[in-house]
Amino acid sequence: MAEFLQFFFSGLTVGAVYALVALGFTLIYNSSDVINFGQGEFVMLGGMSTVFLAAAGMPLSLAAFAAIIITIAVGLALHRLAIEPAGDASPVTLIMITIGASIFLRGAAEVIFDKRFHSLPPMLGSAPLHIGGAAVLPQSLVVLAGAGIIVVLLWLMIDRTLLGKAVVATAVNRLAARLVGIDTRRIVGLSFAISAAIGAVAGVLVTPITLTSYDVGTLLALKGFAAAMLGGIGSALGAVVGALVLGMLEAFSAGYLSSKYKDAIAFLVILVVLLTMPQGLLGKGKIERV
Amino acid sequence: MAHRLAGLAVIAVIAVLLPAFFPSAYYTRVATLVFIFALAAVGLNLLMGFAGQVSLGHAGFVGIGGYSVAIGATYLGMPTWLCIFVSAALSGLVAFLVGRPILRLRGHYLAVATLGFGVLVGIVLTNEAAWTGGPDGMTVPRLTLLTWQVRGADAWYWIAASTFLGGAMLALNLNDSPTGRALKAIHDSEVAAAVLGIDVSYQKLAIFVVSAIYASVAGSYLALFNGHITPDVSGFLSSIELAAMVVLGGMGSVAGSLVGAAVLVVLPQTLTVLHEYEHMVLGLILMGFMIFLRRGIVPSLAGAVARRRP
Amino acid sequence: MPISKRMIVTAALGLAITMASGLSASAQIKVGAVLSVTGPASFLGDPEKKTLEMYVADINAKGGVNGKQLQLIVYDDGGDANNARTFATRLIEEDKIDAMVGGTTTGSTLAMIPVFEDAQTPFISLAGAIQIIEPVHKWVFKTPHTDKMACEKIFADLKQRQLTTIGMISGTDAFGKSMRDQCVAVAPQWGIKIAHEESYGPRDSDMTPQLTNIANTAGIQAVVNPGFGQGPAIVTRNYRQLGINLPLYESHGVASKQYIELAGTAAEGVRLPAAALLVADKLADGDPQKPIVVDYARAYQQKTGQAVSTFGGHAYDGLMILVQAMQRAKSADKAKVRDEIEKTKGYVGTAGIVNMSPSDHMGLDLSAFRMLEIKNGDWTLVPDVKS
Repeated sequence: MAEFLQFFFSGLTVGAVYALVALGFTLIYNSSDVINFGQGEFVMLGGMSTVFLAAAGMPLSLAAFAAIIITIAVGLALHRLAIEPAGDASPVTLIMITIGASIFLRGAAEVIFDKRFHSLPPMLGSAPLHIGGAAVLPQSLVVLAGAGIIVVLLWLMIDRTLLGKAVVATAVNRLAARLVGIDTRRIVGLSFAISAAIGAVAGVLVTPITLTSYDVGTLLALKGFAAAMLGGIGSALGAVVGALVLGMLEAFSAGYLSSKYKDAIAFLVILVVLLTMPQGLLGKGKIERV
Repeated sequence: MAHRLAGLAVIAVIAVLLPAFFPSAYYTRVATLVFIFALAAVGLNLLMGFAGQVSLGHAGFVGIGGYSVAIGATYLGMPTWLCIFVSAALSGLVAFLVGRPILRLRGHYLAVATLGFGVLVGIVLTNEAAWTGGPDGMTVPRLTLLTWQVRGADAWYWIAASTFLGGAMLALNLNDSPTGRALKAIHDSEVAAAVLGIDVSYQKLAIFVVSAIYASVAGSYLALFNGHITPDVSGFLSSIELAAMVVLGGMGSVAGSLVGAAVLVVLPQTLTVLHEYEHMVLGLILMGFMIFLRRGIVPSLAGAVARRRP
Repeated sequence: MPISKRMIVTAALGLAITMASGLSASAQIKVGAVLSVTGPASFLGDPEKKTLEMYVADINAKGGVNGKQLQLIVYDDGGDANNARTFATRLIEEDKIDAMVGGTTTGSTLAMIPVFEDAQTPFISLAGAIQIIEPVHKWVFKTPHTDKMACEKIFADLKQRQLTTIGMISGTDAFGKSMRDQCVAVAPQWGIKIAHEESYGPRDSDMTPQLTNIANTAGIQAVVNPGFGQGPAIVTRNYRQLGINLPLYESHGVASKQYIELAGTAAEGVRLPAAALLVADKLADGDPQKPIVVDYARAYQQKTGQAVSTFGGHAYDGLMILVQAMQRAKSADKAKVRDEIEKTKGYVGTAGIVNMSPSDHMGLDLSAFRMLEIKNGDWTLVPDVKS
C-alpha cells in the first residue's frame, strides 16, 4: 500500500508540473486558436531568470517577481511582434511561428544565461512529509496548490468578469466580437500575457523539483501539449485533469510495468483515450461548419 | 500538364548543372542531404498540404525506414537495395495500421496523436538496443548494387536527386488526378467531401500510407548515405523540422518542399559563423519567413510575381 | 503548378551564395572540433568548447606549435549524429584541418569515424564508449576513460565493503545506457549480482517510483546510478526523500562540483569514480597529476566562473596530446602526427597518465580513476582499494 501511495504522489508531483504548463496552452488557445509551443520557454524564463537574478544579488522573492514581469513582457512581445503581424495565417503557420519563437528564446537563453542546470530553494523546506508510508516533498503540494489556485482564478475571470466574457467571445467568433466592440487584439495580447505569467509562475514553483536549464522548455511543452489535448483543449479544468492523468500514467507505468517504457505507455494510453473520446476527457464537442 | 513538367524539368536541369559549381565534396554532401530531406518533405506535403492533415510525428517513418535497412542488412543478411523496398513496405504497413484509427481525429487532436506515434517510435528505437544499438545508434552497411559499392557524396547526389524528381513527378501527377481533387475537397471540408461521394477515410488513409513510404525511402537513403543511424532521426525535433520544411516552402507546393528542405539544411550551415547566436538568428529567420511569406516561400513569391504581371 | 524559371534560377543562385564559407589562412595549423555544445549533450560539450578555446589561445600566446599559430574551428552538432557527419566533411573538405579533437558523444563519433579514416586525418575523440577504440581504427584515438573502467572501479570498492548484491538505476541516454551495459557485462567477474534494474529519462523530474521498486527488492545492499547531467542530482535527492539508507554510487557523469550543489545535503556519503581533476587540491603533493589538474582547474574556474568539469578535462587532454605529438613530429603532417600520437607515453593529463600503443588508442588504466566520497559538501579521496 505504501508503494502505491508513493507512486500516486510521484504522479501527482509530475502531473502538477505538467498542469501548470498545460494551463498556459489552454488560455492562448481559448482566445485565439493558436497552439503556442513557446509555452515551455515561458516556464524556462521564469525559472532561469529567477536563478540568475537571485545569483546577481536580488532577494529571492523580488527575483521571482521580476522574472514573472520579464516573462510577461516576452509574452506580450511574442504576440505583438510575431502572432499579430501574421494576421490571417493558417493555424499550422501560426504553430510554426511559435516554434520559431521557441527556438529564438532558447537561443537567447543560451547566450544570456548558461548551459548548466540550476535549482531554487524549496519554499517549505526540504524535509519530506510522510503520508501513509509515502514520502512527499512539500514543494509538490505547493505546485499542486498553485495549479489549483490558477484554475480557480481563471474560472473566476472567465465566468465572473466582463473581461472573461470578452475572451470567450473572441474565441467563439472573432468578427462578431469585434462587431460588439471588443478590442480583440488587446484580448489576445492579454491572454498571451496571462499565459506567460502562468508559465513563469510554473517555472518558479517547479524548479525546486525539476531543476531548470536553458532547454527545459522543449520537453515540458511536449508533455504540456499532450496533457492539454488529453484533457480536452479549451477547458482549463481539462488541462489540469489531463496533466494529472499523464503524470499518474508515467508514475504507475514506471512503478508497476517498465520504467524504460513509461513514456511510451503514457502516450499509448493517450492515443487510446483520444480514439474513444475524440474531444479529450473534458473537451466540448466542436461543431464543424461545412 | 505542360507547365507542371516544365517546372520539374527546370529543377532537373539545375540538379544536373549544380555539381559543376561545387568547390568540394562538402557541398555535394549538403546538396544530397537537401534532396533526401526534400523527398520526405514532399511526402509530408501530400498529407499536410494537399489533404490538410497535420502530422507532427512523420520522422517516425524516417526512423523506421532507416533502421529497417540497418537491421535487415546487418542481422538478416538481406542485400541493402532490397532492404530499401522492404522497409518502404514495412512503413506502409505501419502507416496503414496506425492510420486507420488515428485519422479519425481532427486538427490538433490528430497532431498530438501523430506526435505520440513519433515519440513512441523513438522510444522503441532507443530502448531495443539489442537490435538497434540503443542511443548510440548502429552502423549501416553501404549500399551495394550488383558489385558496385555506393560510397561517397558524388554517387549519392545522383541517387537522391533522381529519386526526388521521381517522387516530385508522382506528387504533381497526383495533384491533377481525381485523387488529388478528392484530397483538396477533403482539405476544404470533410463533411462536404463525404456528401459528394468521396470515401474520405479511404483517401486519407491512402495518402497517409503514401507519405509514410516517401519518408521511409528518405530514411533508408539517409542511413545508407551516412553509414550510421541514431534514434534522434525519429525524434520530436526531427518531426518538427520536417513539418517546418513543408510549411516554410509552401503547403501544397512540391517545389516548395524542395525550397523548404534547402533552407532548413543549408541555413544552419551558413549560420555557424554566428557561433552562439546561431539559434537565435535561426529562430528569427524562421519567424520572419512565416510572418512575411505566410503562405510559404514558393506560393508567396509566385503570388507576388503574378501580381506584378500586367 | 506554374513555377517561373526566374524563381528557380534565383533560388539556385541563392543556394549557391549561401554556401560561401570563410577564408582560410595558410601557415597556420588547423584543428577542427565538432562538439555537442547545445542539445542533450551540452552538459559535456559546453565545457569542452570552453576548454579548447581557452587553451588554443593560451598556446598561441606562448608562440604556437612549431612556430605556427593554431587555428581552432568549432562546429556545434547539437547532439545530432547526422549534423556531426556533415560538419566533419566540412572540416575536411572546406576548412582543410590538420587534425580533429572532438566528437562529444559516442553516436556522433561513430558517425564521423569513416570520414576521418577516409581522409586519413588524426581524430582524437572525447566520447566514452569502448567501441571507439575496440576494434582499433588507425586514425582514431580517445581521451576519456571507458565506462567499463568506471564500473570496475565501483565494483572493486563494493567488494571491499563486502557489498555484493546491488540495484541499478540508469539514465536512458547514451552515457547512462553505455555504462549500464558495461556494468552488466563485467559484474559477474567481480562477483557482483545486480538484483534489480530501473531506468529514467535524462530530463525526468521524479524518480521515486523507480527507487521505491529498488528499495523494496529484498537483499539489495547498495545502489549504482549510471547517468549524467541533472538526472543523478534528482536521483540523489529522491533517494534521501525516500529515506533509503543503503550506500549510493554515482558515476563519473556527474563530472563537477555542481552536482553537490544541486543534490545538497542528500549527497552526503555518496561515492563515485572520478578523474583526479575533481579533487585537484586534495591530491598528495607527490602525485604526478597534481600540478596539471590544479593548474587547469584554477584556469577554468577563473576564465568561466564555473566549477571545473571532467568533460572539459578530456578536451584539455585531447588538445595537449595532439600538440605534443605535433611537437615531437616537428610538423603538422597527418601521418607523422598520427604516428606520434600513437607513441604517446607517460603523458600526465587530467584523466590520468596516458600510455598509448598500436593496440591501445586510449592509454589509460584503472589507476586513472580515483574513488571519491562526498563529505560535508565536498569531495574526499577514498584510499585506493587492493582488488
